[in-house]
Amino acid sequence: MSEGIGASVRRKEDKRFITGKGKYTDDIRQENQAYAAFVRSPHAHAVVKSIDASEAEAMDGVVAVLNGHQLTEDGIGNIIAGWAITSKDGSGMNMGAWSALCTEKVRYVGDTIAIVIADTQEIARNAADAVMVDFDILPAEVNPEATLADGAPQIHDNAPNNQIYDWELGDEAATDSGLASAAHVTEMEIINNRLSPNPMEPRAAIAIFDEAEDHYTLYTTSQNPHVARLLLSAFYQVAPEHKLRVVAPDVGGGFGSKIYVYPEEIACLWASMKTNRSVKWTSTRSEAFLTDAHGRDHVTRAKMGFDANGKIVGFKVDTIANIGAYMSLFSSVTPTYLYATLLSGQYDMPAIHGNVRAVYTNTAPVDAYRGAGRPEATYLVERMMDTAALEMGVDPAELRRKNFIQSFPYQTQVIMNYDSGDFPGCMDKAQAAADVAGFAARKAESASRGKLRGIGYSSFIEACGIAPSAAVGSLGCGVGLWESAEVRVNPVGTIEVLTGSHSHGQSHETTFAQLVNDRFGIPIDNVQIVHGDTDKVQFGMGTYGSRSGPVGMNAIVKALDKVEAKVKKIAAHVLEASEDDIVIEAGEVKIAGTDKKMAWHEVGLAAYTAHNLPEGMEPGLKESAFFDPINFSFPSATLICEVEVDPETGVTDILQFTTADDFGVIINPMVVEGQVHGGIAQGIGQAMLENVVYDDSGQLLTGSYMDYAMPRADDLPSFTIEHNNVPSPSNPLGLKGCGEAGAIGAPPAVINAICNAIGNNNLSMPATPSKVWAALQEVSTQQAAE
Amino acid sequence: MSELKYHKASNASEAASMISGTEDGKFLAGGQTLLPTMKAKLAAPSDLVDISGASDMIGISISGNTVSIGAMTTHADVAGNPELNAVCPSICALAGNIGDPAVRHRGTIGGSVANNDPAADYPAALLALGATITTNNRDISADDFFVGMFETALDDGEIITKVSFDAPEKGAYAKFPNPASRYAMVGVFAAKSSGGARVAVTGAGSDGVFRQSEMEAALDGAWSPDSVSDVDVSADNLLSDIHGDAAYRANLVKVMAARAVANA
Repeated sequence: MSEGIGASVRRKEDKRFITGKGKYTDDIRQENQAYAAFVRSPHAHAVVKSIDASEAEAMDGVVAVLNGHQLTEDGIGNIIAGWAITSKDGSGMNMGAWSALCTEKVRYVGDTIAIVIADTQEIARNAADAVMVDFDILPAEVNPEATLADGAPQIHDNAPNNQIYDWELGDEAATDSGLASAAHVTEMEIINNRLSPNPMEPRAAIAIFDEAEDHYTLYTTSQNPHVARLLLSAFYQVAPEHKLRVVAPDVGGGFGSKIYVYPEEIACLWASMKTNRSVKWTSTRSEAFLTDAHGRDHVTRAKMGFDANGKIVGFKVDTIANIGAYMSLFSSVTPTYLYATLLSGQYDMPAIHGNVRAVYTNTAPVDAYRGAGRPEATYLVERMMDTAALEMGVDPAELRRKNFIQSFPYQTQVIMNYDSGDFPGCMDKAQAAADVAGFAARKAESASRGKLRGIGYSSFIEACGIAPSAAVGSLGCGVGLWESAEVRVNPVGTIEVLTGSHSHGQSHETTFAQLVNDRFGIPIDNVQIVHGDTDKVQFGMGTYGSRSGPVGMNAIVKALDKVEAKVKKIAAHVLEASEDDIVIEAGEVKIAGTDKKMAWHEVGLAAYTAHNLPEGMEPGLKESAFFDPINFSFPSATLICEVEVDPETGVTDILQFTTADDFGVIINPMVVEGQVHGGIAQGIGQAMLENVVYDDSGQLLTGSYMDYAMPRADDLPSFTIEHNNVPSPSNPLGLKGCGEAGAIGAPPAVINAICNAIGNNNLSMPATPSKVWAALQEVSTQQAAE
Repeated sequence: MSELKYHKASNASEAASMISGTEDGKFLAGGQTLLPTMKAKLAAPSDLVDISGASDMIGISISGNTVSIGAMTTHADVAGNPELNAVCPSICALAGNIGDPAVRHRGTIGGSVANNDPAADYPAALLALGATITTNNRDISADDFFVGMFETALDDGEIITKVSFDAPEKGAYAKFPNPASRYAMVGVFAAKSSGGARVAVTGAGSDGVFRQSEMEAALDGAWSPDSVSDVDVSADNLLSDIHGDAAYRANLVKVMAARAVANA
């Protein structure tokens, strides 16, 4: 069976995961290990008047209680945001300081005040409870609109009215004139609900200080260990970069939440040096709900104008993005360059203007979460499209078709240059697979059982791979966004691929090995993927934004190119042939059209014995490469959701969920299908179940699974997945990325379907049974009045 | 911080004597509420008296129409008892839908009833079935037992040993699960016996489980789903929270009652 590109090879990593032999951060034990627990704020907004740790310090087994003043005295730097956004008046961000341990003020429930180190986890937690903090409680604000008002509590001194920036993209005058000329304008207020990421493995860290070598090691749940090392050294000054090794071993899911270096990891690393103990911390699920960076949380008012033929003439968007109490690493870019740049959707829009105000509130920090900005843009655009179709009395699919971009490359009004796609083709395939033609009959059948059936569309495009470095740099990004790879062929012909991408569920150990098989024909079992260790891999930017395929895999391909070239040179020399005549097939290196050949391992051996190499060639067979793409990649899809609502209870059943995706070239269809399933499940979770709720005083009401509803298997239908793949012209492999597609595309399809079923377009996420039922009552009240 | 003392009782009277000398002792049945509460540091008893293995409090006996269930009988054992299913399938179905398999194999009927969580399933059943709750001291009727949210008629140190009831002519439980916890947001047990119809509602009341007397009267007139659907359910005294307001719960009381009657 083929193991190359396009083969649904079973996952190599599953053996250890399924047999419980995975090695996660919490599985790592050190001889002199101590445990950390954190003293956290029970208040959303308060001045810290004093901290009394005497009782905690006196407890048996307590090693130390360390606070923010000590942290600051040791020169540990504040947490940064990695992308500078410039307001439309030219000013920079009004960014408040975020210390890993608070010194003067706490700004959300869960804020870190002190770290307790003790011999056992239990002692550490009990001692943390025994630390007495005297607070002066301040009024709190959790609402992103109210926080902008005069008189709202001032959360950071240097952010007047709690506004971080007021940014715009696009041409406001052209958009206004487009809207003024419109035959129809659809206006909406859209709320994108706040989500908790909920990776299966909570965050964890074990920090090891080697006093003899002045060397630090941090094992941690990271999606990008090299970025973590860079931050902890160059920015937070905890340890010099060459004296710090960061290892992200098996990581049980991230969804964005493990991109960031949080206060806890900084404090553990620092505390390991202060106490000369290895310091381990594993987040409880309650801490995860409180402190893992949340996702989404936008309030948007938007207008979309259409001419008499239903062509879009202008789209104007005003968004307030709730950033929470502090600016997390990607918090500034997520609601700007990852959001407003996708406001054109799949549509030819002649004028777009997006305005985004980012605001502080007394809530957990908000940052990139599976999709990061693109779900917010997609939900907005696709709710607008269905609403406009409803208002204009046209079929929502036809309205989309009328506005689809048809030729590529296509320069949008909001930076992005779409390189490829086939939007009508995806719509065709989705409609056929969903049997849209048979919907009316199915709706009638539902009605005969007293049920309300509805259908909803979502046609989305996203930008993956986040690149190229020069472009993101010009927009304010603090780092380059390339990826690195190294391919080491051993003397026996087995291969190690070192990658800067990180797998925390993405199947890299399988799919990356498939690239090697595809190139050289050697079995994937002879290929080892090495990732997640800064001592092994030279550098890497990590995994987020569906970039491991479009960027990471293409770096491997570049390194494979170099290996292939050297292999051919060696073989040509040994076989006394021209390099141009050498071909590599099924693990053999041959002179084309002859029976003269070398086995793959013979080439490896020749490279390392170096007894008979071409004149001047260096021994060995190891190549590295950095890949910096020329553009983002642009996956797209049409999703169709069909629901049935029980009008008595408001319960929605998803009966069909169909997607026709353009992912470009697919390496492993089974893995891609798994990614799509997971993404759609999270999208349905956002649409129907998940919601982070704070009360007015800033207490988290959804602090456990008793109140935060996650999608379960019985909430989901079987998905129908079709492909309409157009290879990306922007990278050698033609990949587009599939990791976030479902989470981006699903929510508007679900909400559009429910609105269609109940005959009320006034419905917000999550569309819980109680909300759907209330929306149905509005309909009956209206009908009674008429 | 004081050390927790653990005691394991082999029968009800031993349990009663074990707890009598403790400072702030609690009975530990299946532990499905108490242990998470302790882990969250919302409860810190001085002693735990484990009654889950009290042999005289485990098992199901059926005599004619009369059912008696030992307080430490697990939900799984109630759900899977064929003799009980023959006389009172509604209680088996209810037990089979509590929590998840792990909960059902640890959690007990006595623990659930003594805790009287306002969203628990069993209180609705016992109230609708007119059950008797027997303790080590006395018999208490379900009508007198459930006092309010997490409150019962139990005295300190008093142990539920069994619950008993006569199987109804007809009965069913309809539960609307909370989307997050899957506890009952509204659960209605409707039962028809020689003494008349009884309808008990869990999950919805701001004061815990309660009987819906208007529905009972309507069902005494005619046992049919329409009878309860025609009853006007007030939202007063019903819970409002982030999962649904009182008006929604009032609607669910009606819908679940009709479904229970239809399924009975």
